[in-house]
Amino acid sequence: MIEVNNLVKQYGDHVAVDHLSFKVEKGQIYGFLGPNGAGKSTTMNIMTGYLSATSGEVIINGYNIFEEPEQAKKCIGYLPEMPPLYMDMTPLEYLKFVAELKKIPKKDQMQMIADVMKLVKITEYGNRLIRNLSKGYKQRVGLAQAILGYPEVIILDEPTVGLDPKQIIEIRDLIKELSKKHTVILSSHIMQEISAVCDYIMIIAHGKLVASDTPENLSKLMLGSNEIELVIRGEEALVKEILLKNSEITNLAVHHGVEEGCVLVEIKTPSEIDIREKIFYQMCEAKCPILMMKSANLSLEDIFLELTADQASAPSLTEEKESNHDSDL
Amino acid sequence: MIAIYKKELKSYFTSMMGYVFVAFVLVVVGIYFASYNLNAYPLIGYTLYNVTFLFLILVPILTMRSIAEEQRNKTDQLLYTSPVSLISIVIGKFLALISVFGIPVLVICFYPQILKQYGTVNMSMSYLAILGFFLLGCTYIAIGMFVSSITESQIIAAVISFVVLMASYQMEGIASFFSDTAITSLLAFSILFLLVCIGYGLAARNVAMPVVLFVLAEAVLFVFYLINPIRFEGAFAMMLKKLNLASASYNMIQSGILDFTSIVFYLSIIGFFLFLTVQSIKKKRWN
Repeated sequence: MIEVNNLVKQYGDHVAVDHLSFKVEKGQIYGFLGPNGAGKSTTMNIMTGYLSATSGEVIINGYNIFEEPEQAKKCIGYLPEMPPLYMDMTPLEYLKFVAELKKIPKKDQMQMIADVMKLVKITEYGNRLIRNLSKGYKQRVGLAQAILGYPEVIILDEPTVGLDPKQIIEIRDLIKELSKKHTVILSSHIMQEISAVCDYIMIIAHGKLVASDTPENLSKLMLGSNEIELVIRGEEALVKEILLKNSEITNLAVHHGVEEGCVLVEIKTPSEIDIREKIFYQMCEAKCPILMMKSANLSLEDIFLELTADQASAPSLTEEKESNHDSDL
Repeated sequence: MIAIYKKELKSYFTSMMGYVFVAFVLVVVGIYFASYNLNAYPLIGYTLYNVTFLFLILVPILTMRSIAEEQRNKTDQLLYTSPVSLISIVIGKFLALISVFGIPVLVICFYPQILKQYGTVNMSMSYLAILGFFLLGCTYIAIGMFVSSITESQIIAAVISFVVLMASYQMEGIASFFSDTAITSLLAFSILFLLVCIGYGLAARNVAMPVVLFVLAEAVLFVFYLINPIRFEGAFAMMLKKLNLASASYNMIQSGILDFTSIVFYLSIIGFFLFLTVQSIKKKRWN
């Protein structure tokens, strides 16, 4: 469907996209995840033919976007970060213009515009000036523009930025609805959004693809160890002493200030070992009641932070952790 | 192309711009027409020749938003990612601009008919004058549109267009500053080459290439000078005079002569600037 090979984009000395390669298959929702400035928008702009690449190629449905731009662009609907709207038009006029740009046959235009407007729920706003619409509705008009002509690939750059929670959910549902007939690629720097919507995640940092897999596989991938969080009532020294007897524990961190007389303990063990029952009985014996015990799996957010952390910010992250820990093993 | 053309034309008339432009041209031409033609002189060309200064102000205002606004509002993303070629986008926009300009010109086409009520009027001379006027305007519009494509700011686009058109308009006056001696031309050409090479060097962040180019150009210049210095007499002033785009239209506007050289000249200038516009948009995609 879409093939990106060794894509490079340089701005002077700055490399925005660095030898990026990936493939997109039909009928799924793909998510580009990455911190701000990771090169998500640049990649999308190149894929849609807005920007040129320094080197590399993008092939859409067998058409090279640089060599046969018109054929390739026909297969794509694109909603950029800032919806490209003409403020002095009404949504109806605007969509009519887009339909003509996309060379949709005249006889189908009106019907298609009506369908798309119904899909993104802007039918009753068709005759207002776009300038006067709220941010959410402007976003919907932009979305309608991308969907118009029912292209095979729909590329959405941060489609939910600046929307209220209700609108975000509506847009997400819409994206899921769209994925039944189209391949959808969307970008975001918000993890929850990507994990809620996408079938496949590509994490980008500094213009490079650092990970690409399904959300489930990604969290499995990172799950090298089991992490357990405990709140125990008792003396810190005693608790530590008991826990240290267990040779399975690879990492132990004790925090204060949860409740009076309590300690918060974080334990890491190799992933195949379940140490929970053992600790329960040990604490029972020592009369140190366990008030809370939960196993903490790595969330997508942790994976994201881990993968996208660069040299500059990595030390500061560990420092932060250490300052929280009163004692480390 | 047609979609862009329709959208552009419509946008000129949903904002005030189109109406103001048309009204302004008609008012000024009307005043000159009343004072020159209705009182004394039966040729519309005389009026049109005297109102060419109008372009200096009106063309920059008309063309400033053409591409600059799209770039600022990022609506160019829609245009450049839709299955329409860059050339047809540029041509669509240009056609919309000259259509707006065409409206007052169409009205002016009735003026010779008015004059006819009062005596004999040479119709072919009148309409050739209007054609020359229209071509000159279109050429200026092509330049203005190109300037609009190199910046995101409408104001900057308007100011640069104005300066460029003004310089072109005043070129004959500027040319008269240069004396007719051969050595002046030699010096002027040398300085021009130097400036071009410095500009190229700054743009390309390269030293060796512009220096080599400059030395080569100077060598060629000196060889020509030594062979035949007489050809250099007044050469630079001549070249400057050629940059006055309006001068090519005077044959048609003032004298009503069908001047194919001028028509071809204007059409090539228009083509050249449309080409430059496409290139300047393409360049943006690379940076």
